[in-house]
Amino acid sequence: MGRFIARRTVASAISLAFLVMAVFFLSRLTGDPTDLYLPLDASQEVRDNFRELNGLNDPILLQFAYYLGDMARLDFGTSLRSAEPALAVVLQAFQWTLVLALVTMAFVTVAAVILGSLAAFNVGGVLDRVATFFSLIGASAPDFWLAIVAIVIFSVNFGWLPTSGTGSIWHWILPVSVLFIRPFGLILQVVRGSMINALGSAYVKTARAKGVAPQPIIFTHALRNAMLPVVTVMGDQAAGMLNGAVIVETIFGFPGVGKLMIDSILQRDFAVILAAIMVTAVAIFIMNLLIDLAYALLDPRIRY
Amino acid sequence: MPDPILEVRDLSVTFETARGPVRAVRNVNWHLARGEVLAILGESGSGKSVSASAVMDLIDIPPGRIDSGEILFEGRDLLKMSPKERRKINGPRIAMIFQDPLSHLNPVWTVGWQIEEAMVIHGTGRAEARSKMIELLGKVGLPNPAEAAAKYPHQFSGGQRQRVMIAMALALKPDVLIADEPTTALDVTVQAQILALLEDLQRETGMGLLIITHDLGVVAEIADRCIVMNKGEIVETGTPAQIHNDPQHPYTKKLIAAAPGKGQMSDGGDGRSLLLQMRGATKAYGDVAVLHGIDLDIHAGECVAVVGESGSGKSTVAKLITRLEPASGGTAMWKGEDLFTMPPRRLLEVRREVQMVFQDPTQSLNPRMSVQDIISEAWVIHPDILPRHRWRDRVAELLEQVGLEPDHAHRYPHQFSGGQRQRVAIARALALEPRLIICDEAVSALDVQVQAQVIRLLARLGRELNIAYLFIAHDLPVVRDFADSVVVMKLGRVVEQGPVRQIFDTPRQDYTRNLMAASLDPDPDVQAARRRQRQEMMA
Amino acid sequence: MTNQSTPNTAATRNVSASAEDAPMLLRYGRMLVADKTALVAAIFLMVMVLCAILGPMLLGDLATRQNLRGRNAPPFDISRGWAFVLGGDQLGRPLLARIIVASRNTLMVAAGAVAASLVIGTGLGLIAGYSRGRMSQIIPRLADVIMSFPSLLLAVIVLFMLEPAVGNIILVLAITRIPVYLRTARAEVLEIRERMFVQAALVMGASSRRIVLRHILPVVLPTLLTIATLDFAFVMLAESSLSFLGIGIQPPEITWGLMVSQGRPYLTNAWWLSFWPGLAIILTALSLNLLSNWLRVALDPQQNWRLEARRSNDA
Repeated sequence: MGRFIARRTVASAISLAFLVMAVFFLSRLTGDPTDLYLPLDASQEVRDNFRELNGLNDPILLQFAYYLGDMARLDFGTSLRSAEPALAVVLQAFQWTLVLALVTMAFVTVAAVILGSLAAFNVGGVLDRVATFFSLIGASAPDFWLAIVAIVIFSVNFGWLPTSGTGSIWHWILPVSVLFIRPFGLILQVVRGSMINALGSAYVKTARAKGVAPQPIIFTHALRNAMLPVVTVMGDQAAGMLNGAVIVETIFGFPGVGKLMIDSILQRDFAVILAAIMVTAVAIFIMNLLIDLAYALLDPRIRY
Repeated sequence: MPDPILEVRDLSVTFETARGPVRAVRNVNWHLARGEVLAILGESGSGKSVSASAVMDLIDIPPGRIDSGEILFEGRDLLKMSPKERRKINGPRIAMIFQDPLSHLNPVWTVGWQIEEAMVIHGTGRAEARSKMIELLGKVGLPNPAEAAAKYPHQFSGGQRQRVMIAMALALKPDVLIADEPTTALDVTVQAQILALLEDLQRETGMGLLIITHDLGVVAEIADRCIVMNKGEIVETGTPAQIHNDPQHPYTKKLIAAAPGKGQMSDGGDGRSLLLQMRGATKAYGDVAVLHGIDLDIHAGECVAVVGESGSGKSTVAKLITRLEPASGGTAMWKGEDLFTMPPRRLLEVRREVQMVFQDPTQSLNPRMSVQDIISEAWVIHPDILPRHRWRDRVAELLEQVGLEPDHAHRYPHQFSGGQRQRVAIARALALEPRLIICDEAVSALDVQVQAQVIRLLARLGRELNIAYLFIAHDLPVVRDFADSVVVMKLGRVVEQGPVRQIFDTPRQDYTRNLMAASLDPDPDVQAARRRQRQEMMA
Repeated sequence: MTNQSTPNTAATRNVSASAEDAPMLLRYGRMLVADKTALVAAIFLMVMVLCAILGPMLLGDLATRQNLRGRNAPPFDISRGWAFVLGGDQLGRPLLARIIVASRNTLMVAAGAVAASLVIGTGLGLIAGYSRGRMSQIIPRLADVIMSFPSLLLAVIVLFMLEPAVGNIILVLAITRIPVYLRTARAEVLEIRERMFVQAALVMGASSRRIVLRHILPVVLPTLLTIATLDFAFVMLAESSLSFLGIGIQPPEITWGLMVSQGRPYLTNAWWLSFWPGLAIILTALSLNLLSNWLRVALDPQQNWRLEARRSNDA
């Protein structure tokens, strides 16, 4: 197991290294890096100063060495907007996104697994059709559109829920609901398909021949087998939740890392963007590791 | 005749399919007494498993539908009981084991848990179930029962998994055990052990045993009474000896006639030129050696059979000759050149002369190519064999040669039956006018009658076109009828080789003798003799 | 194949030859008619494609002509002309005409990105799956690197550094979707490569090129096309999101996502500005999803009898 974690860490480090390199060369080769780090209206003098100070006049390989050194020390530079270390700014925002993602994912998992299993048990029934409908909506409706429609209906028309901010529990309902729909639809569909397979499998037949009742057949015999593909998709969706978070946080004024990135981009705060890239990449790496471990836990045939 | 414990009366079952309803069984009647072994014999599609599925409440409704009939267990009609009542019968009273125990055991739970569950759901206490489970695992012959209980199904061999299934089925001492193809896909020696285990346990508990099988040998070995099914109907009932020696129904007659192992054994041809000479062939994957120096001669027009149990390396030999895998050592001389070290350009020419027919014709034909494309692909790769304008005629000719219609050329593989598909595969091999065809278990997935037809076809083609065969098989009766000489392999080594008569009549090695004794013969008298022989060898 | 399933398989095996002998296009046409939802979806998509091709040519002027008296004109009122049936936008331009014109950018970006990622991803996947050399190690790593980061963020970052022009957006979206095809193609190739018909071709002496193009690709392609249809919807949503966030296609070009974003400030008094373009996105994505479901069955020779059977049952 230790060996496996080590191997995965190395593999992820390689991915990270690619990312670091890509960001560096893209930022250096596509234009003047002072454009990235400094406000657009910065004077030539300020720019020259910045160049000198940050070694931007040095040969590109030397610059790359500095850049790597900074990365290694977790020094991503200073935020233009808040003048705080970029990493601190990102970590602050990241907490919010993490909670948002965890809460949503918890709801998604519970709802998708239960509804998906029951839909699979009665293919073509009412629940099955409800499940199919949700999956189609999840895969077809843009979340930004759902978000603004939800605001119009629940906040503007009825005035039930706040439009933005994070003050109370009420502030969480709309962001979580909007973020919920896409992964829910997708995972629901996977649970359903996987459960249909499991319920039609030979070992379920054996269980029936033993006289096992329907409920334990679904939840003890079939579900654990059916969860294997589901866990994979859940991993992808949890990572993809950051996609949704960018939209949802921007629309609902939620102070997470997605909104931070968009704000930083619009205000050209490159240090923060860089830090945010690295933090999310590490977070996704940790999550993928957890997914792999969950896999081993569920399936005795997998040993690392 | 004692009162039957289980009786099926006038049962008809229909399955709704996309192409309309299919009547899987029609007005089927049978009964099973305590202590009796009843066999239901049938080919694929005969509906032989359907009535057992009905007994176990395993028919999904829809698409299945029970049109008529009753299933009496101790006089009560199972079909009139509630699902809950039937669940109380499944397990404690009637139990079932299946073909392919790997897929029928739940992969994510330990075998111990699965056996315990069979008892716990019917009211046994956890602790009692646990000790009984370990006792059962010992009884079905698993070494280290306590350790085995904590393992998962994938950690056992095929035979051991079937033992686990048996332990699970017998946990609550059922009155009836239904075994659906319990030994199909197992090696012959393992098959013999499992059948012996079932017989012992049946004698000990006095239960009724229903065996569903396609194998006349299994019937001859174990059954007291036999039902022959064809196309959903029972065509004949009787003792195995009656069925074998004096079949009444035309279908049964054909079935018995098609059973392999009775034909004239070949005397081998003399003075034929040497085609392939393999010496000291080895193969290793990393540190694991799977072949330890194989010597093998194939003469022109000769059929050399390679027999052995799973893991003997017989398929690897085929892969080395066709260069699907590189050999690790040794030589294989083909017309004076070494196949193993031949450069690719030269190899292309040899590939015309060495062709292969695979086990599963469903998988060896590209599902997205028509028969015309499948057969003529040979000439695309080797354009010098045949000019393009002759392809169509030649395909028609080849199809006729293997017993198909010329206008089958436009069809796709899934439109054929299994036997027809294998004929297409043979036509494809013939397209290159080969000198040697390697048949890797080429008939073992086919029903007996189809099997016999394909073997006859291969034999005729071999004679007419002077083709040699390397015939890889685990089914000894087929080998006996078809081969000129036999190579017996075990764990990557050749144990014994010689003319087919010598191997079958006077085997020299214990391993070969064991193999012969374990293989099942459709004739109950022969089978009885073999049993005596087996018991003597044990003693 | 287990012996228990015999009644079904026996029946499906002897497929009637008549249905199979009909020409390909006709067969698929029949199967499409058999699935009413898929048929509606296909017709809707065809209308959308026509809009994308002809719309800018026919309605380009109408869609950009400002009309201050028609600002935020409410929908379902055709006194200003049929183009205002969905209302007018903040500058008094007819929404219906704008939606039709915007379909070109929206669909073009998605089509370009899907086509590029399909071709590149499939090519790399075939190589990674079939070759046994170093490429089979390196190429999957590439997919891992791209997949290890959320696609939208990747696009955001790249577009931050590159110009948000149509070409760049297609490029970015294509890159983020390459792993989907690469992984699928590779996994399928790894499995198909071991199938016996490939071995049979090898024994005949077929070259690697022939095996990959003639034996493996035709088996993989239906799966990939099905995924591509589904992905078209996904890419369209991604492009809309980028446009909505203001880092995608920039005005005066229009896309549906951009229209939703431009209507956002007027949500409280003119909901239709954002609602209709959003609905256009949903309906198109929905149609693609439905069509993908149909494709999955229709392209599978083991499954498509269901559609053919359904048709004959209806008749």
